[in-house]
Amino acid sequence: MAKGKYIFWRLVALLLPYVLIQGLLGAGLISDFQQITLMMMGINIILAVSLNLIVGFTGQLALGHAGFMAVGAYTAAVLTLKIHQPFLLSLILGGLAASLAGLLVGLPTLRLKGDYLAIATLGFGEIIRGILNNVEYVGGAAGLLGIPRLTTWTWLYGFLVLTLLGVMNFVNSTHGRACLAIREDEIAAETVGINTTYYKVVAFSLGAFFAGLAGGLYAHYFYLIQPSSFSFFRSFEVLVMVVLGGLGSITGSVLAAVGITLLNALLQDLAEFRMIIYSLLLILVMIFRPQGLMGRREWSLARWLEKRGEARGPAGS
Amino acid sequence: MGGDIPLHWIFKHGGMEPMAGFLQQLVNGLSLGSIYALVALGYTMVYGIIQLINFAHGDVLMVGAYVGFAAVVFLKLSIWWAFLLAMGCTALLGILIERVAYRPLRHRGAPRLAALITAIGVSLFLENSGLLLFRPEIRSYPPGLILNRPLSISLGGIDFTVTTFQVTILAVTGILLLFLQYIVYWTKTGKAMRAVADDADAARLMGIDVDKTISFTFALGSAFAAVAGVLLGLYYNAIDPLMGIMPGLKAFIAAVLGGIGLIPGAVLGGFSLGFLEALVSGYWSSRMRDPIVFLLLILILLFKPSGLLGKNQVEKV
Repeated sequence: MAKGKYIFWRLVALLLPYVLIQGLLGAGLISDFQQITLMMMGINIILAVSLNLIVGFTGQLALGHAGFMAVGAYTAAVLTLKIHQPFLLSLILGGLAASLAGLLVGLPTLRLKGDYLAIATLGFGEIIRGILNNVEYVGGAAGLLGIPRLTTWTWLYGFLVLTLLGVMNFVNSTHGRACLAIREDEIAAETVGINTTYYKVVAFSLGAFFAGLAGGLYAHYFYLIQPSSFSFFRSFEVLVMVVLGGLGSITGSVLAAVGITLLNALLQDLAEFRMIIYSLLLILVMIFRPQGLMGRREWSLARWLEKRGEARGPAGS
Repeated sequence: MGGDIPLHWIFKHGGMEPMAGFLQQLVNGLSLGSIYALVALGYTMVYGIIQLINFAHGDVLMVGAYVGFAAVVFLKLSIWWAFLLAMGCTALLGILIERVAYRPLRHRGAPRLAALITAIGVSLFLENSGLLLFRPEIRSYPPGLILNRPLSISLGGIDFTVTTFQVTILAVTGILLLFLQYIVYWTKTGKAMRAVADDADAARLMGIDVDKTISFTFALGSAFAAVAGVLLGLYYNAIDPLMGIMPGLKAFIAAVLGGIGLIPGAVLGGFSLGFLEALVSGYWSSRMRDPIVFLLLILILLFKPSGLLGKNQVEKV
């Protein structure tokens, strides 16, 4: 098949979900509840893909994603609500603030080998919540109220695509390759001259950046953010998506994020029950299928088209 | 019996001499520190033997507190039998967790990341099962279970107060520490534990049943956590299904502070952390207590990642 055809189909695949859902929204065929689920799906995909960059591709267990999300959400919300800055600028500054926080936590802990990052990030998430609970300027425990609802499907989809493209390109770049090498064998990676700390910190703060973006989008959709919305249960939920989808598979994370969000919506009134299911999934997947549902494979449109082409017998080209 | 006095009886140093206030904080720190030390021992023993941060350890503490509660309220046992029953039940729970969740991974030689994620799964499972079974509400141990009378002590002209409960905490911790010392250094099982921690493969070649030794370590650590759980329940006069998270995290920090994998390190770390917390809440603000503790973790990781008693080890390839 000609290369131009791929690009055409890719563009179609990229725009199709957007146009479809935008059309349905315009026609008023999507209920409020479904709309919330849809938005959460997008936000969860951004969170899962960015956490996968840290856990799946670089092999560093981080448990503070909700903390980075909180930093992004509060920064962006304060910027639009109190300082009246434009939405786009606020979102990006929120992301940058989160990635700066990531740098602060990552620098001391990522220098070390071992599992310190997990505890340090878990602690970091709690420090952030502790600070937010105590700062009156951002409403303390009651949270920030009346954030303008600026997140639309268009904005969300735009940032979703940006995240996916950003993470995919990073993973396939020299930097991404270095991260993969660290995941496979840190000592070997160091031996061939990879500055392991540098690449770990880069992946970590990039992941934090996207988590901050997701936080900003979240804040501007739900009017209200509270420190309690960013507890470590949320970090765990994102981790479940990454593990379920496959450590090191972007498409896997997307699928798992969609699935878990749907499950969340279905089991809305059974929070504990839901978490028990997730925790059992986490244990069972690790014991019986540690590579996750997709493993490290990616679902690719081009390959899929090719396979279909082969199945039908030799096509053009 | 002194049921009228809240058990976490902290003297405000307002009306006291500065020195007396300081001593008072030390006494408070000592009792909280012993509880942290008990929990930290479990972390450090498990880490020493299989290099795994057992995230579920804090939740085992919670289960212990509930078993103790049930023993006192439903079985009408005395608090001492409640301690023993809680120790027995959590020891079994520890063995079960190791058997079901960690052993399959270990036998397959799964990467550390998989074991860590499983540990998080177990932790979430225990917390949410607790929320489902015990309901999220806070319960209190009935008053008067343990003698809690203030004792005025005069030391070189400085007066301060110690409650009999604080003395009990110290005594219980002291007895358990001696017991542990006996097991680790004077029994065959203890010798096996030290051998497995040193080199599991060599230990296996010497005819030591490694799996059995690891099970025993889990049982021992979990029993200690149960004692800490019941003590915490008495100390704060409240138990709830999420009560294990914070002490669990802090005890881990205590273990890192003392040098992870080292039994004396866990004790030293626990006491140091207890003092630090008491001083921060006495002289600054109890709201700053948790953030400061996590900051401490980051500082240790920056300046002395091997902990107070640890030696820097060169990693061999």
